[in-house]
Amino acid sequence: MSAFPWLTTLGVLPLLGSIVVALLPKSKPTLAKQVALAVSFIVLGGTVAMALQFDGSSTAPFQFVESYPWIPAFGISYSVGLDGIGLVLVALAATLVPIVILAGWRDIEGDQESEGSVKGYFALILALEALMIGVFSATDVFLFYVFFEVMLVPVYFMIGRYGGPQRSYAAIKFLLYSLLGGLFMLASLIGLYVVSARELGTGTFDFLSLVGLDMDPNTQKMLFLGFFFAFAIKAPLWPFHTWLPDAAAQSKPGTSVLLIGVLDKVGTFGMIRYCLPIFPAASEFYAPVVIGMALIGIFYGAYVALTASDMKRLFAYSSMSHFGFIALGIFVFTSAGQSGSVVYMVAHGLSTAALFLTAGFLMSRRRESALISDYGGVNKVAPVLAGFFLVAALSSLALPGLVSFVGEFLVLLGAFERFLWVGAVATLGIVITAAYVLRLYQKSMTGPVNPSVEGITDLKGREITALVPIAALTITLGFYPAPLLNVINPAVDWTMSTISAVDPDPVLSSEGGQQ
Amino acid sequence: MNYTPPALDYAALAPMIVIFAAAIISVLVEAFTPRGVRRYLQLLIVFGALIASGVLIVLNAGTRTVTAGQAVVIDGPALVLQGAIVILAILGAALMAERSIDSVGDAFASRVSSLPGSEEEKQFTQRGYLQTEIWPLTLFAVLGMMLFVSANDLLLMFVALEVMSLPLYLMTGMARRRRLLSQEAALKYFLLGAFSSAFFLYGAALVYGYSGSITFPEIAQTITSKPGESLVLMIGLGMILIGLLFKVGAVPFHQWVPDVYQGAPTPVTGFMAATVKIAAFGALLRLLYVAFGGVRWDWEPIIWIVAILTMLIGSIVAVVQTDIKRMLAYSSVAQAGFILIGVAAASPAGIASTMFYLIAYGFTTIGAFAIIAMIRDANGEATNLASWAGIGRKSPIVASAFAIFMLGLAGIPLTSGFVGKFAVFAAAIEAGMVWLVIVGVVASLIAAFFYVRVIVVMFFAQPTEQTASVAIPSAFTTVALAAGVAVTVILGVVPQPVLDLVTNADVFIR
Repeated sequence: MSAFPWLTTLGVLPLLGSIVVALLPKSKPTLAKQVALAVSFIVLGGTVAMALQFDGSSTAPFQFVESYPWIPAFGISYSVGLDGIGLVLVALAATLVPIVILAGWRDIEGDQESEGSVKGYFALILALEALMIGVFSATDVFLFYVFFEVMLVPVYFMIGRYGGPQRSYAAIKFLLYSLLGGLFMLASLIGLYVVSARELGTGTFDFLSLVGLDMDPNTQKMLFLGFFFAFAIKAPLWPFHTWLPDAAAQSKPGTSVLLIGVLDKVGTFGMIRYCLPIFPAASEFYAPVVIGMALIGIFYGAYVALTASDMKRLFAYSSMSHFGFIALGIFVFTSAGQSGSVVYMVAHGLSTAALFLTAGFLMSRRRESALISDYGGVNKVAPVLAGFFLVAALSSLALPGLVSFVGEFLVLLGAFERFLWVGAVATLGIVITAAYVLRLYQKSMTGPVNPSVEGITDLKGREITALVPIAALTITLGFYPAPLLNVINPAVDWTMSTISAVDPDPVLSSEGGQQ
Repeated sequence: MNYTPPALDYAALAPMIVIFAAAIISVLVEAFTPRGVRRYLQLLIVFGALIASGVLIVLNAGTRTVTAGQAVVIDGPALVLQGAIVILAILGAALMAERSIDSVGDAFASRVSSLPGSEEEKQFTQRGYLQTEIWPLTLFAVLGMMLFVSANDLLLMFVALEVMSLPLYLMTGMARRRRLLSQEAALKYFLLGAFSSAFFLYGAALVYGYSGSITFPEIAQTITSKPGESLVLMIGLGMILIGLLFKVGAVPFHQWVPDVYQGAPTPVTGFMAATVKIAAFGALLRLLYVAFGGVRWDWEPIIWIVAILTMLIGSIVAVVQTDIKRMLAYSSVAQAGFILIGVAAASPAGIASTMFYLIAYGFTTIGAFAIIAMIRDANGEATNLASWAGIGRKSPIVASAFAIFMLGLAGIPLTSGFVGKFAVFAAAIEAGMVWLVIVGVVASLIAAFFYVRVIVVMFFAQPTEQTASVAIPSAFTTVALAAGVAVTVILGVVPQPVLDLVTNADVFIR
């Protein structure tokens, strides 16, 4: 425990930054961007400083804990704290925000379509950062819900005001889907309060108290659905995914990175943080259904990605396939699977960022066309760009030596340990992933130079600066994932022990290791 | 036999006396002052009296007394509800005082007695006559409401009911535009209201026959001292309940609500929707808890059934409405159902949560109607939902304010509506009424649909030729609107002070 209110500070900083940026005069867009970048770097610095103080050997479920009463009449408090899972996701958010700001430096000015001002976009990014930090660190379920819902507002405007021609449709679809999920979660939330009031005498929303409840399985099954529905829309799992391709296709690259790279992780984070510990019996009960949805998602997403003609939609469907893997890892109830899921979340955040940003840089040179057929032979005219694209693509297909491999490997290992056939089926998904990723690279980057990309310039200093850290992290954590796993494992162990899940006999795990 | 006048605690009654005096002065102003100065005098009287009354209520904080020969009680709930009524009446009066948004003048017919469409009416309109009779009526209505929540015997409660209702019947019929609709609404309201009053009165007579007294504490005493069921008592209680449930607009006594809400001048609708609900629920609470607390087991099931019907029917019927005023009318029916959950809890927490809900609902509703009055086309207010399409693009601020009210009514967290719903649900849970709460949550989900639909129409639909424009209001409406938004948000984000206030004031004098 630390006396310094790390999390509140980290949450308030970008919020203040957002207000400052919004108040700057419209005539000074550069100043707005500089302020936004500076704030995001301060937040990143603060996050690193906080992460260094994180005690991996601590037995307390949460660190950097703060708690103040908010609406004591209903047992609602402003309580924040981090476990290893929350920490890596906060760190992911804090890392990606400055990169997105840097990468999106010129995205708004050049765009005649956008309705909003330049400073508005960057103010929204910072506001979103504050909420992302809040949502991953809330330890009061009501507070989590509030962040979960309020987060929709900046994203809605980021899609709806700064995007492609169909942005308004995409933004509404995103909003309505998310609101619907949120309403069901709210209903479940009230149900949880009711249960806690009956069991503890006074109702509460405190996460740890709710985990300690002895709820009867039928109640669990009902309440689980509300939460899971919201998370499955957010993550998104098949069949709740249809908003994602539209949102991704209409958004600015930076918006997509934050939306798919970080925000959608709230869904999978919610499953591992809330669904499992609070509703252990229900999680077990529904696990076959969820695993089924995950498997369908893996294949369906990959299959559509294989046939996609639009790069952004391809990335969206590929993400859906990856979310299938993440959900799979969570619901096989093994430590390997769950650790793998969390690593996968980070890895997917990084690879999504690399893909969307590199593709964004490419599209900005080619009048924003996202059609794969408009490209070809880029590696001859812009080798650096093609190089980064290759790293991103390989990271997406989980090449050994890259961080996504660690995640995917652990998830499959976990799946094999629990259900042999599930692991076997999921492994086939990797093949399709390789196929669509390589097809994309081959069609767009190699081959004869497409006339329309002739004479395009290669990446410039700012763009390279934005991509280097992602590539560096992808490779470093791929070869040396220990720092990541060291903070994640205790949190996963805690989750496993609260749901009293035991890893199966490790006979099969050696098999998994060989594949 | 000498008649000894009952002792009056003037300090405790002062808030009501101020309004009563002002109402009488207001009538005299109407009769004896020249047309030109009337408006200014009336505004001065109305706002002066309401503010003075509000200050006196604050000064009376903590008072617990029974006065006027057992007829009037000033206690925590009475003061809180009176305070809420007065503040909301100030906002409602501000809406009625608005003269900028209608090009012809205000929201009221120049002369109500003129026949709609007649030459006489045209003459009055052409000369630009604006009426001010609305003001004394408003003050009398407010007086009736304040008395309603502090009445401690059946007779005074009936008198208060009538003092409150009669001016409202008249005010309903005063709309400047669509006058036939307005007059029809007024007549409907009057006839049905009179009918329900008769039920109330007959019920009161039966209860008197049973207990030999009209004061609540004595009725309660008789109930506890006479064991066993009494048909007379039950019929009497049932009839009284019909009278009160009519006023709160609960199913199956809700048929008047959509017509009256739609027909009445919008500022009056806002005023009425916010304050009558408070007054009627205040009276209902006192009656059930103080006088009939002993037969709790008999009236609780009735309230249960009425609450469930009210929530579900209100929410479901609201979904298919295309007129925004009618939609809000059904929404107000549904809201009455949610508030009844708090009433059914029959506990101090039930009183506190009901009061919180009423306050939250009042501010949100009055703000919502303030905006409805501003959204206009050539024929006056554009209340068809289709003409709201794309308003968010034309006037983002006004549309955002309306969106906040809709979210508040839907009970989305960070708005007062959520805290209110949560409070009544929590109180009901404490009282063991889990099923009632489950129905409440389901009804909330249904209701959220139509509230969110308005937001979708405002922001996400493309503007068409039908799309109305937003009139620029004067300071009157602006202030009321700002107060509505502020309270909706503040009570959602930091509700604890007000929760403490209502929790400290949750005990009736028995």
